[in-house]
Amino acid sequence: MGLLTPEVGLLFWMTVAFAVVFAVLAKVAFPIILGAMNERKAYIDSSLDEARKANSSLEGLKAQGMEIVSNAEHERVAILKDAAEQRDRIIGQAETDAQNRGAEIIDAARRQAEVEREAILAEARNEVALLALGIAEKVMRRELDSQSSRDALSEAMFDELK
Amino acid sequence: MSLLLLIGGGRIANASETHQAEGEPFNAKELVLGHLSDSYEWHIMTTAKGKEIAIPLPIIVRSSTGWHCFTLRKLHEAGEYEGLYVATEGKYAGKIVEDLDGGQHRPLDLSLTKTACGILISSLILIVMFLFTARWYRRHDKYDYHPKGLAGILEWLINSLVENIIKPCVGENYLKFAPYLLTAFFFIFISNLLGLVPFFPGGANVTGNIAVTLVLAVATFLAVNLCGTKEYYKEIFWPEVPIFLKAFPLMPLIEFIGLFTKPFALMIRLFANIMAGHSIILSLSCIIFATAHLGAAMSGSMTFVAVLFMIFMNCLELLVAFLQAYVFTMLSSVFIGLAQVKGHHKQTENTNN
Repeated sequence: MGLLTPEVGLLFWMTVAFAVVFAVLAKVAFPIILGAMNERKAYIDSSLDEARKANSSLEGLKAQGMEIVSNAEHERVAILKDAAEQRDRIIGQAETDAQNRGAEIIDAARRQAEVEREAILAEARNEVALLALGIAEKVMRRELDSQSSRDALSEAMFDELK
Repeated sequence: MSLLLLIGGGRIANASETHQAEGEPFNAKELVLGHLSDSYEWHIMTTAKGKEIAIPLPIIVRSSTGWHCFTLRKLHEAGEYEGLYVATEGKYAGKIVEDLDGGQHRPLDLSLTKTACGILISSLILIVMFLFTARWYRRHDKYDYHPKGLAGILEWLINSLVENIIKPCVGENYLKFAPYLLTAFFFIFISNLLGLVPFFPGGANVTGNIAVTLVLAVATFLAVNLCGTKEYYKEIFWPEVPIFLKAFPLMPLIEFIGLFTKPFALMIRLFANIMAGHSIILSLSCIIFATAHLGAAMSGSMTFVAVLFMIFMNCLELLVAFLQAYVFTMLSSVFIGLAQVKGHHKQTENTNN
């Protein structure tokens, strides 16, 4: 039974010790510890919230960026297509221009060549005529060397004049 | 763990050697009860020559001749001190008594016994531990990382206690009661752990002493009933039951008795659990010495089995050390929470309407 009867001395010491411990811890230790823990918990929660918000806004930014990139891609394709079209058109135009111009040049060249040929031909004709005249002159001179031939000629000319 | 057991076993071995040296048979019951009960000195060990090494503790007594303070050694040297001596048998066996009017009379004994020293050691550890932790929190703000080391362990423990027991059981008012509940938890936990250490400064049977658990239970009783709300007392003395249960105060009587049975159960549970654990471990170590005269093979195998069981029991006691502190705190929180009822009846009326 000795174990089951509380001793007065122990009751006294336990009461005093527990009261002192409780008073000290309740005054100095636990309010600080619990307060700091709650404060940090709240801070961590708010930080988590902020991180979540930042994450979602980052997600939005990412989507925005993706959109910009895809837009740019579209634009690039459009520009390239446009450029290709323009290039083809310019090349086509240049080709037709070149063809026209070439034709013009060829035409002009042909015309000039014609003119020049005409000129050459005329000159040649002149030359030939002059040559013929010279030859004729020389032939005449030789023919008219003698008096008789001169007379014969004048007679003939006379006949012709008649 | 096994090292602790060996040392613990060694203590008992020394004790049994002295018993056998004196020609007495090995008395396991006396040994177990002796280790469980309080004493006026802190026994460290007995040397091979039978010399006792013990820390003398002050005996503080108020007898019919006034206050006295002395040690057990002084008492043993003189046989008695101012008419005071240690009773060897009877109701006050092992306690300081004085002879008055022809009978043994127990003086007012405020001795700093082994258990009282254990209480003071636990208290000191508790205060140092938590002032250290509080200092960490005072030097750091919320932007710092969580504490490491002792403060980290305590934060983890405090946090789990507050979040899992105190807040759900006590309710919105939990910050008011958290200091008491945490103090009780850590006092019981530290004392339980120290009680498992077989040598100084552990080994005192603090929470296995009914005076200690009585004070703790009274503290819970006060916390419950001094801070109870009006509704709580109304439910006890004028509960919402048919009038014939109240006119002859059957229900109030039951409720009123319930006020005391709750902390009483707290007291007995903690005391019985810790004392039982200690006595099982002590009994197991006694097997070794009780079988010592049965021959080498028998005592060897019994020693092996006993040590195995002691290791198992120590592991179990480690669990119980935490569990009993936890259960005490949880039940205290529940009782406090029950005394914090508020607007309960109004709510039910509203839902009925």
